[in-house]
Amino acid sequence: MAKKKTFVEDIERTLYDIKDADNSVYKSESGLTEDIIRDISARKHDPEWMLEFRLKSLETYNKLSLPTWGPSLQDLDMDRIITYVQPDAKMTGNWKDVPEDIKDTFDRLGIPEAEQKSLGGVGAQYDSEVVYHSIQEDMVKQGVIYTDMETAIREHEDIVKEYFMKLVPPKDHKFAALHGAVWSGGSFVYVPAGVQVKMPLQSYFRLNAAGAGQFEHTLIIVEPGASLHFIEGCSAPKYNVTNLHAGCVELYVKEGARLRYSTIENWSRNMMNLNTKRALVEKDGIIEWVSGSFGSHVSCLYPCSILHGERAKCEFTGVTFASKGQDLDTGASVILTAPDTSANINTRTISKAGGKATYRSAVKVTENAKRAKCSVNCESLMLDNESRSDTLPVMDIEGDDADVGHEAKIGRISDEAVFYLTCRGIDEDEARAMIVRGFVEPIAKELPLEYAVEMNNLVNIELEGTMG
Amino acid sequence: MAENLLEIHDLHAGVEDKEILKGLSLTVGKGEVHVILGPNGSGKSTLMNVIMGHPKYTVTSGTMTFEGEDLLAMKTFERARKGLFLSFQTPEEIPGISVENMIRTAKQAITGERVKILPFRKKLRAMMEELKISPEYADRYMNVGFSGGEKKRNEILQLLMLEPKLALLDETDSGLDVDAVQIVSEGVAKFHNDDNSCLIITHNTRILEKLKVDKVHVLMNGEIVEEGGAELIDTINAKGFTHILDAVGK
Repeated sequence: MAKKKTFVEDIERTLYDIKDADNSVYKSESGLTEDIIRDISARKHDPEWMLEFRLKSLETYNKLSLPTWGPSLQDLDMDRIITYVQPDAKMTGNWKDVPEDIKDTFDRLGIPEAEQKSLGGVGAQYDSEVVYHSIQEDMVKQGVIYTDMETAIREHEDIVKEYFMKLVPPKDHKFAALHGAVWSGGSFVYVPAGVQVKMPLQSYFRLNAAGAGQFEHTLIIVEPGASLHFIEGCSAPKYNVTNLHAGCVELYVKEGARLRYSTIENWSRNMMNLNTKRALVEKDGIIEWVSGSFGSHVSCLYPCSILHGERAKCEFTGVTFASKGQDLDTGASVILTAPDTSANINTRTISKAGGKATYRSAVKVTENAKRAKCSVNCESLMLDNESRSDTLPVMDIEGDDADVGHEAKIGRISDEAVFYLTCRGIDEDEARAMIVRGFVEPIAKELPLEYAVEMNNLVNIELEGTMG
Repeated sequence: MAENLLEIHDLHAGVEDKEILKGLSLTVGKGEVHVILGPNGSGKSTLMNVIMGHPKYTVTSGTMTFEGEDLLAMKTFERARKGLFLSFQTPEEIPGISVENMIRTAKQAITGERVKILPFRKKLRAMMEELKISPEYADRYMNVGFSGGEKKRNEILQLLMLEPKLALLDETDSGLDVDAVQIVSEGVAKFHNDDNSCLIITHNTRILEKLKVDKVHVLMNGEIVEEGGAELIDTINAKGFTHILDAVGK
């Protein structure tokens, strides 16, 4: 094979970049006003309490200021963001009823195929609304609920009311308040006590409209002794204007329950990704996060786990890949508040071609968390001299018998390791690619299979001919 | 007379401004076993690295050919594909790449052919058994968390699987206990036949017990100062390197 010399500046995004014509039936005006909120709420047929919630959130939004830390958000002009785009489609449980252009998009992304092969249920959101939702019959019989948030409010209003934005209150930060005001779409999952959901459920969020925002809300409740694997995927085609994603994920893991939450985010590089995710874990419960951040222009993403009951556990596994023009600020946060709780954070970040990848984490162990254990391992790899990597782990330990370990490494590809591999007949580019793949391997093996393959392709493409 | 595999003439090489090899000449014939002895800092490991083309070292003059082809014009991976192999004194740890995956990738790179997983795995298991490496090491990451002895045995495992024409063994026996030296020594003996050659750096004669040594070179201060047969090893063991310098009048 001829040696490739071409510098591949961007990953192969053709698949994600195919834009559909904008066939939306309604778009809100850009910007954020009370009228716009009232209009969205009316179109969504919100109950009265939800309209009030939105308006109160808007008030909070206007009071709060932008965070003073983290990546610059100067490219974000809220007056130009269209917060609500209603696609020309009604939610359906049959792909045949999904408009052709929208269905084609999800076909390209492999969603219906994965649904048949390996998923127990699928949700597909296009711009601001969910256009498709399905769940296997036997799960329904076991009492599992998996639907879009709007249906959940209509059919399970009491549950939604009890949990909605209780874990991430709008006053938490400016973008949580924004989310509370303009949220639309997302997924609702309820797993009754003792039910083990055998096949993963997957929601896919696709933003097609230029200059728009996506504010889906994901609410998952796993009752005592139950278990679930939920997969979230996101992508968008690239535009020259800034798009905004400010979703919110609230996960309730009850006593002895187990939830694995996997995310692969591959937004286009005009996206500001300011997402908030939080889990509340009760006694003997386990939350496992698997998080892959590859896309977007700017990301701020630090899934938070509150280990609230005795022996509650958190496993966080994350990988971030920042290339040209990207400033990805990712990590995790864990709050250990009960005895014998434990957390493991394991992340890898890669930066290249001037990209900036920051690992940021906060671990708090309260005095009540006797014998708590927490280990943090964050490793960064910079592929060239123009790229940047930072690690900012913060620890706040109040208990005196907590067992806390932290290991951080920032490095480059070792010349000696490349020499070792080339001494075995492997050419230099492949040697470097192998080292990078090896670097992310502990994370890749945690990803759902099709995403692990995608990540491998991504690493290969990103590395082709760029070094040596 | 065996045909020549590796020929080095008047080689000068070093790091930055510092010359380490100062006019070294050496010829290794097909099927032969050569041993290089020399005190610490004499340039033995540099020679191995220069033969493999380590980018840190610069060759300033001299020639080096392998089967008549100019090695200096080749990159490291091309030299490996021609049939050169270096067993490292301190093998690298490479996280995330399993031993099996690494060796299979290397085998494919060297042969240019697809290596079928099952026959390969069978052979790998057999070789691991001979080297007393437990089977689960096939799935472990390259040398990560391996003891010194395990790393060296992993080098010999690669030697046996990759079947090069010339094996460069850089103190493969150093830091090993008696039993481990025995295993490594048997591994090298198993590898060696009339069609391939070994160039061995050692401070320990035990690794040579199962091999018929054809030639011994004494390397001091970047030059070969004395050459001879296997008997030279005994002389040096008895009298030390300074004796050689006196004998050759340097």
